[in-house]
Amino acid sequence: MSAATDHADVVLPAEGPEQEIARDLARRAAWVSPAFLVLGAVLGGVDGAVSAGLALLLVAGNFLLGAAIIGRAVSVSLNALYGAVLLGYVVRLGLLAVIALAFKSTGWFSAVPFAITLLVTHLGLLAAETKRVSMTLAHPGLAPSARKVGDEPSTDPTSPQE
Amino acid sequence: MLNVLAQTAAGEMLEGLKAIGAGLGYGLAAIGPGIGIGTVVGNAISAMARQPESAGMARTTMFLGIAFTEALALIGFVVFILLMP
Repeated sequence: MSAATDHADVVLPAEGPEQEIARDLARRAAWVSPAFLVLGAVLGGVDGAVSAGLALLLVAGNFLLGAAIIGRAVSVSLNALYGAVLLGYVVRLGLLAVIALAFKSTGWFSAVPFAITLLVTHLGLLAAETKRVSMTLAHPGLAPSARKVGDEPSTDPTSPQE
Repeated sequence: MLNVLAQTAAGEMLEGLKAIGAGLGYGLAAIGPGIGIGTVVGNAISAMARQPESAGMARTTMFLGIAFTEALALIGFVVFILLMP
Protein backbone atom coordinates (compact mmCIF):
# COMPACT_ATOMS: atom_id res chain seq x y z
CA MET A 1 0.00 0.00 0.00
CA SER A 2 1.35 3.41 -0.88
CA ALA A 3 1.98 6.07 1.72
CA ALA A 4 -0.66 8.31 0.19
CA THR A 5 -3.42 5.78 0.74
CA ASP A 6 -2.32 4.52 4.13
CA HIS A 7 -4.10 6.75 6.63
CA ALA A 8 -3.22 4.78 9.73
CA ASP A 9 -0.60 7.31 10.81
CA VAL A 10 -2.82 10.35 10.29
CA VAL A 11 -3.27 12.10 13.63
CA LEU A 12 -6.50 14.04 13.83
CA PRO A 13 -7.64 16.30 16.68
CA ALA A 14 -10.35 14.84 18.91
CA GLU A 15 -12.54 17.97 19.01
CA GLY A 16 -13.34 19.09 15.51
CA PRO A 17 -12.85 22.70 14.51
CA GLU A 18 -15.97 22.39 12.34
CA GLN A 19 -18.08 21.69 15.43
CA GLU A 20 -16.69 24.78 17.10
CA ILE A 21 -17.51 26.84 14.01
CA ALA A 22 -21.00 25.34 13.70
CA ARG A 23 -21.75 26.16 17.36
CA ASP A 24 -20.60 29.72 16.78
CA LEU A 25 -22.77 29.95 13.64
CA ALA A 26 -25.81 28.68 15.59
CA ARG A 27 -25.09 31.19 18.37
CA ARG A 28 -24.94 33.99 15.84
CA ALA A 29 -28.16 32.77 14.20
CA ALA A 30 -29.82 33.19 17.60
CA TRP A 31 -28.44 36.72 17.84
CA VAL A 32 -29.86 37.80 14.47
CA SER A 33 -33.16 35.97 14.89
CA PRO A 34 -35.15 38.96 16.26
CA ALA A 35 -34.39 41.00 13.14
CA PHE A 36 -35.57 38.21 10.84
CA LEU A 37 -38.64 37.48 12.96
CA VAL A 38 -39.61 41.14 12.68
CA LEU A 39 -38.93 41.08 8.92
CA GLY A 40 -41.07 37.95 8.60
CA ALA A 41 -43.85 39.56 10.61
CA VAL A 42 -43.75 42.63 8.37
CA LEU A 43 -43.83 40.54 5.18
CA GLY A 44 -46.32 37.88 6.22
CA GLY A 45 -47.76 38.57 9.66
CA VAL A 46 -47.67 35.78 12.21
CA ASP A 47 -47.24 33.17 9.48
CA GLY A 48 -44.23 35.08 8.16
CA ALA A 49 -42.62 35.30 11.59
CA VAL A 50 -43.14 31.59 12.20
CA SER A 51 -41.74 30.77 8.75
CA ALA A 52 -38.71 32.97 9.34
CA GLY A 53 -38.16 31.22 12.67
CA LEU A 54 -38.37 27.84 10.96
CA ALA A 55 -35.84 28.97 8.36
CA LEU A 56 -33.44 30.07 11.12
CA LEU A 57 -33.84 26.73 12.87
CA LEU A 58 -33.19 24.89 9.62
CA VAL A 59 -30.06 26.92 8.87
CA ALA A 60 -28.62 26.39 12.37
CA GLY A 61 -29.62 22.72 12.39
CA ASN A 62 -28.08 22.21 8.97
CA PHE A 63 -24.74 23.62 10.15
CA LEU A 64 -24.76 21.59 13.36
CA LEU A 65 -25.76 18.36 11.63
CA GLY A 66 -23.14 18.83 8.92
CA ALA A 67 -20.44 19.43 11.52
CA ALA A 68 -21.57 16.44 13.58
CA ILE A 69 -21.42 14.20 10.51
CA ILE A 70 -17.92 15.40 9.65
CA GLY A 71 -16.71 15.11 13.23
CA ARG A 72 -18.06 11.59 13.57
CA ALA A 73 -16.76 10.40 10.20
CA VAL A 74 -13.28 11.88 10.56
CA SER A 75 -12.76 9.86 13.73
CA VAL A 76 -13.37 6.69 11.71
CA SER A 77 -11.19 7.27 8.65
CA LEU A 78 -10.59 9.67 5.81
CA ASN A 79 -12.42 7.37 3.40
CA ALA A 80 -15.42 7.38 5.72
CA LEU A 81 -15.24 11.16 5.72
CA TYR A 82 -15.65 11.30 1.95
CA GLY A 83 -18.62 8.97 1.95
CA ALA A 84 -20.27 10.54 4.98
CA VAL A 85 -20.01 14.09 3.65
CA LEU A 86 -21.55 13.22 0.29
CA LEU A 87 -24.23 11.00 1.83
CA GLY A 88 -24.84 13.60 4.52
CA TYR A 89 -25.32 16.24 1.84
CA VAL A 90 -28.09 14.23 0.20
CA VAL A 91 -29.68 13.38 3.56
CA ARG A 92 -29.60 16.99 4.75
CA LEU A 93 -31.17 18.29 1.51
CA GLY A 94 -33.86 15.60 1.80
CA LEU A 95 -34.51 16.51 5.42
CA LEU A 96 -34.84 20.19 4.52
CA ALA A 97 -37.40 19.36 1.84
CA VAL A 98 -39.39 16.99 4.07
CA ILE A 99 -39.51 19.43 7.00
CA ALA A 100 -40.44 22.39 4.79
CA LEU A 101 -43.14 20.45 2.93
CA ALA A 102 -44.56 19.06 6.16
CA PHE A 103 -44.66 22.55 7.62
CA LYS A 104 -46.18 23.95 4.42
CA SER A 105 -49.13 21.59 4.74
CA THR A 106 -50.00 22.99 8.19
CA GLY A 107 -51.14 26.33 6.78
CA TRP A 108 -48.72 28.39 8.90
CA PHE A 109 -46.27 28.71 6.05
CA SER A 110 -45.33 31.89 4.23
CA ALA A 111 -42.90 31.17 1.39
CA VAL A 112 -41.32 34.58 0.81
CA PRO A 113 -40.12 35.29 4.41
CA PHE A 114 -38.97 31.69 4.64
CA ALA A 115 -36.96 31.95 1.42
CA ILE A 116 -35.41 35.32 2.26
CA THR A 117 -34.45 34.26 5.78
CA LEU A 118 -33.01 30.94 4.64
CA LEU A 119 -30.74 32.39 1.95
CA VAL A 120 -29.71 35.59 3.71
CA THR A 121 -28.89 33.94 7.03
CA HIS A 122 -27.01 31.03 5.45
CA LEU A 123 -24.81 33.23 3.29
CA GLY A 124 -24.62 36.13 5.75
CA LEU A 125 -23.59 33.99 8.71
CA LEU A 126 -20.96 32.22 6.64
CA ALA A 127 -19.56 35.45 5.27
CA ALA A 128 -19.36 36.88 8.79
CA GLU A 129 -17.78 33.68 10.08
CA THR A 130 -14.91 33.86 7.61
CA LYS A 131 -13.60 36.83 9.61
CA ARG A 132 -13.68 34.82 12.83
CA VAL A 133 -11.86 31.67 11.76
CA SER A 134 -8.18 31.21 12.12
CA MET A 135 -6.09 29.65 9.37
CA THR A 136 -3.08 28.80 11.49
CA LEU A 137 -1.69 25.47 12.58
CA ALA A 138 -1.76 26.58 16.21
CA HIS A 139 -5.43 27.57 16.25
CA PRO A 140 -7.55 25.69 13.72
CA GLY A 141 -11.21 26.63 13.89
CA LEU A 142 -12.26 29.84 15.55
CA ALA A 143 -9.62 32.49 16.04
CA PRO A 144 -8.58 32.95 19.69
CA SER A 145 -10.00 36.48 19.68
CA ALA A 146 -13.39 35.14 18.56
CA ARG A 147 -13.66 32.53 21.31
CA LYS A 148 -15.84 33.22 24.31
CA VAL A 149 -14.14 33.73 27.66
CA GLY A 150 -13.66 30.31 29.22
CA ASP A 151 -13.51 28.48 25.88
CA GLU A 152 -9.77 28.91 25.47
CA PRO A 153 -7.72 25.77 25.82
CA SER A 154 -5.59 25.67 28.94
CA THR A 155 -1.97 26.78 28.50
CA ASP A 156 -0.91 25.35 31.84
CA PRO A 157 1.20 22.27 31.02
CA THR A 158 0.45 20.72 34.43
CA SER A 159 -3.31 20.88 34.02
CA PRO A 160 -5.00 17.70 32.78
CA GLN A 161 -5.89 17.73 29.09
CA GLU A 162 -9.21 16.26 27.91
CA MET B 1 -70.29 20.22 -18.68
CA LEU B 2 -67.48 18.96 -20.88
CA ASN B 3 -66.03 22.45 -20.90
CA VAL B 4 -65.98 22.52 -17.09
CA LEU B 5 -64.36 19.09 -16.97
CA ALA B 6 -61.73 20.14 -19.51
CA GLN B 7 -60.92 23.25 -17.48
CA THR B 8 -60.59 21.23 -14.29
CA ALA B 9 -58.37 18.71 -15.98
CA ALA B 10 -56.19 21.49 -17.40
CA GLY B 11 -55.90 23.11 -13.96
CA GLU B 12 -54.91 19.84 -12.33
CA MET B 13 -52.45 19.17 -15.10
CA LEU B 14 -50.90 22.58 -14.58
CA GLU B 15 -50.52 21.91 -10.85
CA GLY B 16 -48.97 18.54 -11.60
CA LEU B 17 -46.56 20.04 -14.10
CA LYS B 18 -45.60 22.69 -11.54
CA ALA B 19 -44.81 20.00 -8.98
CA ILE B 20 -42.77 18.01 -11.51
CA GLY B 21 -40.89 21.15 -12.54
CA ALA B 22 -40.17 22.06 -8.92
CA GLY B 23 -38.85 18.59 -8.16
CA LEU B 24 -36.73 18.50 -11.30
CA GLY B 25 -35.38 21.97 -10.58
CA TYR B 26 -34.36 20.98 -7.05
CA GLY B 27 -32.72 17.81 -8.29
CA LEU B 28 -30.84 19.59 -11.06
CA ALA B 29 -29.77 22.38 -8.69
CA ALA B 30 -28.29 19.79 -6.33
CA ILE B 31 -26.00 18.27 -8.98
CA GLY B 32 -23.57 21.17 -9.22
CA PRO B 33 -23.04 21.57 -5.46
CA GLY B 34 -22.66 17.80 -5.21
CA ILE B 35 -19.75 17.93 -7.65
CA GLY B 36 -18.34 20.96 -5.84
CA ILE B 37 -18.54 19.30 -2.42
CA GLY B 38 -16.86 16.23 -3.84
CA THR B 39 -14.00 18.38 -5.09
CA VAL B 40 -13.69 20.25 -1.79
CA VAL B 41 -13.71 17.11 0.34
CA GLY B 42 -11.39 15.24 -2.01
CA ASN B 43 -8.80 17.97 -1.88
CA ALA B 44 -9.16 18.34 1.89
CA ILE B 45 -8.60 14.61 2.33
CA SER B 46 -5.57 14.82 0.08
CA ALA B 47 -4.22 17.69 2.19
CA MET B 48 -4.85 15.80 5.45
CA ALA B 49 -3.15 12.68 4.10
CA ARG B 50 -0.11 14.63 2.90
CA GLN B 51 0.23 16.83 5.97
CA PRO B 52 -1.49 15.29 8.98
CA GLU B 53 -0.29 18.10 11.23
CA SER B 54 -2.41 20.56 9.24
CA ALA B 55 -5.58 18.45 9.47
CA GLY B 56 -7.32 21.01 11.68
CA MET B 57 -6.70 23.77 9.19
CA ALA B 58 -7.87 21.60 6.30
CA ARG B 59 -11.03 20.67 8.18
CA THR B 60 -11.79 24.32 8.90
CA THR B 61 -11.42 25.23 5.25
CA MET B 62 -13.35 22.15 4.19
CA PHE B 63 -16.32 22.91 6.43
CA LEU B 64 -16.59 26.48 5.21
CA GLY B 65 -16.15 25.35 1.60
CA ILE B 66 -18.92 22.78 1.95
CA ALA B 67 -21.24 25.35 3.53
CA PHE B 68 -20.60 27.93 0.83
CA THR B 69 -21.10 25.36 -1.93
CA GLU B 70 -24.31 24.21 -0.29
CA ALA B 71 -25.75 27.69 -0.68
CA LEU B 72 -26.23 26.93 -4.38
CA ALA B 73 -28.37 23.93 -3.50
CA LEU B 74 -30.32 26.09 -1.07
CA ILE B 75 -31.15 28.46 -3.93
CA GLY B 76 -32.62 25.46 -5.78
CA PHE B 77 -34.46 24.50 -2.60
CA VAL B 78 -35.97 27.98 -2.34
CA VAL B 79 -37.13 27.84 -5.96
CA PHE B 80 -38.63 24.42 -5.20
CA ILE B 81 -40.54 25.80 -2.22
CA LEU B 82 -41.76 28.81 -4.18
CA LEU B 83 -42.92 26.70 -7.13
CA MET B 84 -44.58 23.91 -5.18
CA PRO B 85 -48.36 24.25 -5.39
